[in-house]
Amino acid sequence: MRSAVSSKIALVIYLIALMLPVYWLINLSLRTNADIMSGLALWPHHPTLEKYRAIFDDPTWVHAFGVSLSYVAINTVISVAVALPAAYAFNRYHFIGDKHLFFWLFTNLMAPSAVFALPFFNLFYAVGLFDTVWAVALAHCLFNVPLAVWILEGFVGGVPREIDETAAIDGYSFPRFFIRLFLPLIANGIGVTAFFCFMFSWVEQLLATTLTSSNALPFAAVMTRSYSASGMDWSLLAAAGVLTMVPGAVVIWFVRNHIAKGFALGRV
Amino acid sequence: MMDKPWNNRAWLFVLPVLALVLFSSIVPMMTVVNYSLQDSMGVNNFFWNGDAWFRDLLDPSTEIGARFADALLRTFAFSAAALAVEVPLGIAIALCLPRRGWAVGISLVIIALPMLIPWNVVGTIWQIFARADIGLFGAALTGIGLPYNVTQDSVSAWVTIVVIDVWHWTPLVILLSYAGLRAIPDAYYQAARIDGASRWAVFVNIELPKLQKVLVIAVLLRFMQTFMIYTEPVVVTGGGPGSATTFLSIDLVKIAIGQVDVGSAAAMSLVYYIIILTACWIFFTIMTQLDRRRDA
Repeated sequence: MRSAVSSKIALVIYLIALMLPVYWLINLSLRTNADIMSGLALWPHHPTLEKYRAIFDDPTWVHAFGVSLSYVAINTVISVAVALPAAYAFNRYHFIGDKHLFFWLFTNLMAPSAVFALPFFNLFYAVGLFDTVWAVALAHCLFNVPLAVWILEGFVGGVPREIDETAAIDGYSFPRFFIRLFLPLIANGIGVTAFFCFMFSWVEQLLATTLTSSNALPFAAVMTRSYSASGMDWSLLAAAGVLTMVPGAVVIWFVRNHIAKGFALGRV
Repeated sequence: MMDKPWNNRAWLFVLPVLALVLFSSIVPMMTVVNYSLQDSMGVNNFFWNGDAWFRDLLDPSTEIGARFADALLRTFAFSAAALAVEVPLGIAIALCLPRRGWAVGISLVIIALPMLIPWNVVGTIWQIFARADIGLFGAALTGIGLPYNVTQDSVSAWVTIVVIDVWHWTPLVILLSYAGLRAIPDAYYQAARIDGASRWAVFVNIELPKLQKVLVIAVLLRFMQTFMIYTEPVVVTGGGPGSATTFLSIDLVKIAIGQVDVGSAAAMSLVYYIIILTACWIFFTIMTQLDRRRDA
């Protein structure tokens, strides 16, 4: 019994430590700059939503939030759509070069963005996509498509092959089987995969900022710009930071029981 | 595993992925290879330079070679430090999590939250949090009399970057370990209780062996990610003070974009990429071995 209590205490301490930096950000976002500079305060004594209002009233911020969400959405749709048939093929069949191809996809998943920043810039500049949401969405495919294939392959493996065979005997054509029977069976997997594509596209900033300059600048990049431009507006910075956490916090609730499987690339 | 039928038409299913990843991987990669073998005199005036960039880079007596060797060493040291904290801490917290009940969902969501914050915002959060004047962490450390200063003192900078990484990514280890722990049937624990096994004996003999696979995944993923760390140190320390926290990725971007020394940067990219590729291959081999054991 004693160990149960002490492990609960340890857990609570850890969770508090984990939330402290986030709490601090929220704390600062609710105070004015003068208030922040006047000294430390463990909670906002005169909370104000002034900075949040300023962000929502400023078209640059609102536009940037839309930009971030749209390249994330485009990327997620593309990644999951192309990865589904590939994951099925890798799990169900042998074909020439399958192992090499699977490994090659994996190496792209691990590719350091820093290596690709400059060539991507040249590439998207040359094809006229620079500073559009498509450039970022396509660039993020570099790691999200392989990620989606890997996670989905794990989930496809969880569906017994007998189902494919039974459907074929029952006279289902392959496309009909795949869409009507198979996709609903791995709906969980598709949800988890979409979540991970969303997440990695949302958090990645090196490529997103390299490939955009003004029209398609992501929200988190506007944040960095704004603080170098206007001196140190800590309060505004904190409020913007809090807003970047909202989409993640919302979607994570839906996949909380499957997160681990996604992080293990579908291999738990 | 063995009864998968041969079917080369499966290639058709893979084609869209192949086309997309070719576009976003091979094309840029060829640009890098191109740059690494040429030198430029101004814009668009390239000439063949052979393997000179590589020879400079891998020779620690040249300036760029020394810089590369230092950055490489720093990056390995950082990976080692982060892993040494994150893996034991992650396992410990996973063991503390309740196996069922209302607290599980909430705990998991809180634990996963840091991983869903854009990486430069993670940097900003800690940049604020570590300041001695307006940040709780910095104020607390200076308050108890430690010479803590992220921008001036390289020990502080290092500690901060490791703490950030621990804060940011221990959750990954926790989630994986927790998933592994939940997969252990209750019967194992009951048997251990009947035998009167101590808590430690249960951990060493039951939990650790069952966790082996997820831990391998966790360690390898964390190694790769720490090895590629870029955004957080750039925001918090800018690679400094001096070059104390200039890891490989940071140095690469500095050389390529800051100094527009494209040839060196490209050669460096390729060497970096080959290291990653080797690590990937080890990862892949271990993973497929473990998968095979699962299927057997």
